[in-house]
Amino acid sequence: MTLQTETVSLPVRAPSRFAWRLAALRSRGFPLIPVLILASVGFVALFANVLAPHNPEVGSLAARFKPPFWQTGGSTKYLLGTDQLGRDVLSRLIFGARVSVVVGFTAVIIAGFVGTALGIISGYLGGWVDQVIMRITDTWLALPALTFAIFLAAITGPSMWNIVIILAITYWTRYARVIRGEVLSLKEREFVRLAIVAGCSKWTIMRRHILPNVLNSAVVLGTLMLGVVIITEATLSFLGVGVPPPQPAWGLMLSDGKQGLMVGYWWLTVFPGVCIMLMVLSANLIGDWLRVKFDPQLRQL
Amino acid sequence: MQDNGMPGIGKTGAPLLDIQNLSTHYVSSQGTRVVRAVDDVSLRIHAGETLGIVGESGSGKSTLALTIMRVLPPAARIVSGRMLFEGEDLVQKSDAEMQHVRGKRIAMILQDPMASLNPLFTIGNQVGEPLRVHEGASRASAWDRARQLLKSVRIPSPETRVTQYPHEMSGGMRQRIVGAIGISCEPRLLIADEPTTSLDLTIQAQYLNLLRDLQRAHGLALIFITHNLGIVAKMCDQLAVMYAGRVVESGPVSRIFNAPSHPYTEALLNAIPRMSDSDQRLTAIDGQPPDLAAMPPGCAFAPRCVRAVAECLEAPPPEFFPEEGRTTRCWLSEPVGMSGATAPAERRVATGAA
Repeated sequence: MTLQTETVSLPVRAPSRFAWRLAALRSRGFPLIPVLILASVGFVALFANVLAPHNPEVGSLAARFKPPFWQTGGSTKYLLGTDQLGRDVLSRLIFGARVSVVVGFTAVIIAGFVGTALGIISGYLGGWVDQVIMRITDTWLALPALTFAIFLAAITGPSMWNIVIILAITYWTRYARVIRGEVLSLKEREFVRLAIVAGCSKWTIMRRHILPNVLNSAVVLGTLMLGVVIITEATLSFLGVGVPPPQPAWGLMLSDGKQGLMVGYWWLTVFPGVCIMLMVLSANLIGDWLRVKFDPQLRQL
Repeated sequence: MQDNGMPGIGKTGAPLLDIQNLSTHYVSSQGTRVVRAVDDVSLRIHAGETLGIVGESGSGKSTLALTIMRVLPPAARIVSGRMLFEGEDLVQKSDAEMQHVRGKRIAMILQDPMASLNPLFTIGNQVGEPLRVHEGASRASAWDRARQLLKSVRIPSPETRVTQYPHEMSGGMRQRIVGAIGISCEPRLLIADEPTTSLDLTIQAQYLNLLRDLQRAHGLALIFITHNLGIVAKMCDQLAVMYAGRVVESGPVSRIFNAPSHPYTEALLNAIPRMSDSDQRLTAIDGQPPDLAAMPPGCAFAPRCVRAVAECLEAPPPEFFPEEGRTTRCWLSEPVGMSGATAPAERRVATGAA
């Protein structure tokens, strides 16, 4: 008898409570750690001049390839070691945050804005407008993104703001595609029809009924794109068409440290790598939380 | 309602909506296939009146509604006819002009009101939306009005309901909210396209009562599209029966129910179970409705009609007027004086001009 009651009560009670907690955690739980990480990256980027212990662009050749302070040969003067030119890795990370934050967020936001707007217009209006926008998008997607970015960078010359524009130009198509697809299904939904028969204009419907419904996809996509954009920025820097060399950027540091990796100078790649990873991961987690937050049905849980 | 004491009898004033010989066709992209979804339809509805439109699936009921609202899919064309609404021809209006008609002067309740609400906005926001779009109401006044509207569609505790989201409502409530959106700008005409199909019977009855009360309170005309003749009997003053894109019979509900003049109407009525004589077997209508892209030369119903005569297969019948306020498209109702020497084709030309 006891066995029977146990088998009945256990699977009923335990998982439901656990599932409920999980749901509550996911939906209500503010992503504290990711927000803290992103906030500190932003803070560091903003106050880089004050926080950095050394000049990130000037090194002393006498202090090349110093390991982090806890390893033998390291010193507290260079907390995270130095690179091949004797520049302080920590200071370069701190200043590099500037580039990553500005390039990453600005490019993602510009690309997202353009791509979402074109995706909504294309999907909702349909017809020749859709044809034109989508054929342009197809052509764009057919171009190898990186080569295209390099080509643009070669024309415009290396500078941080050029990189922002180039990345936005390269990646807006991803948004346009995804958002258009969403709009195509949304515009057949009954509430859009109701808005039409209620006399809303096309622009009102796009702005009030379509945009809010695709915004969560755009944000989730944006958080994923943040990673891609930061990596592309790093690649461009590595190829010499990105952020011009003396200026510190995480991607540039990663590329510069690549050779050192084989010799055991792990700190040159691991620290910028960890920074990029944490930033992208935080962005993804925040995007996930925003997605839940935007959906009134999930928010209620 | 003042000028409309007895439904369907002696309408002297100008009709609110006067549809004359309206045809809407779906044309395929190559232009080779033409589907006559609405074919030479003439209907009238007066203020305060309820017009029921019945017909089986594909008979053109919904296309007719979409034509009145001018929200047809791209493949559809209004090929002929007029729709005089308060004296203005809706067919001639530009899209921009129609936007001021839709929702403000003619409102519509859709087939699936359950899905008609945007999941991302609060009820108050959505009920107030037409007011903000059409009357430039401020956010606050639209909100106030939304609360009153919810009250008028009998939503309990509207003060808290306005701040809630669609998923927090039951199906019946959502439907009443859609009704509230429909009447928010006090339209003159409300088109309800099968508004109760997704509801269970008790909620249906409640909703129909509500619609009727709203209609009385606001004096609005109601076009009720359904395939349920029971609802027509309960709700409507006038009835139009559609078959293969045409109105085969129209007139006051009670008179059509008592003495249908078209065999199709008769067959439909025979297909309704009656409580009184349970011994009677229900009769189904044999056959299928015709392909709207390849209509038979004669009456569209003739192949299925038990009373069809040779004449029925030759030419489509024009509208006859068996009595005041009724129309029928059946050769059998042809006035006696007109039958005889003239061939059906010639007769069609003669009456088609009217």
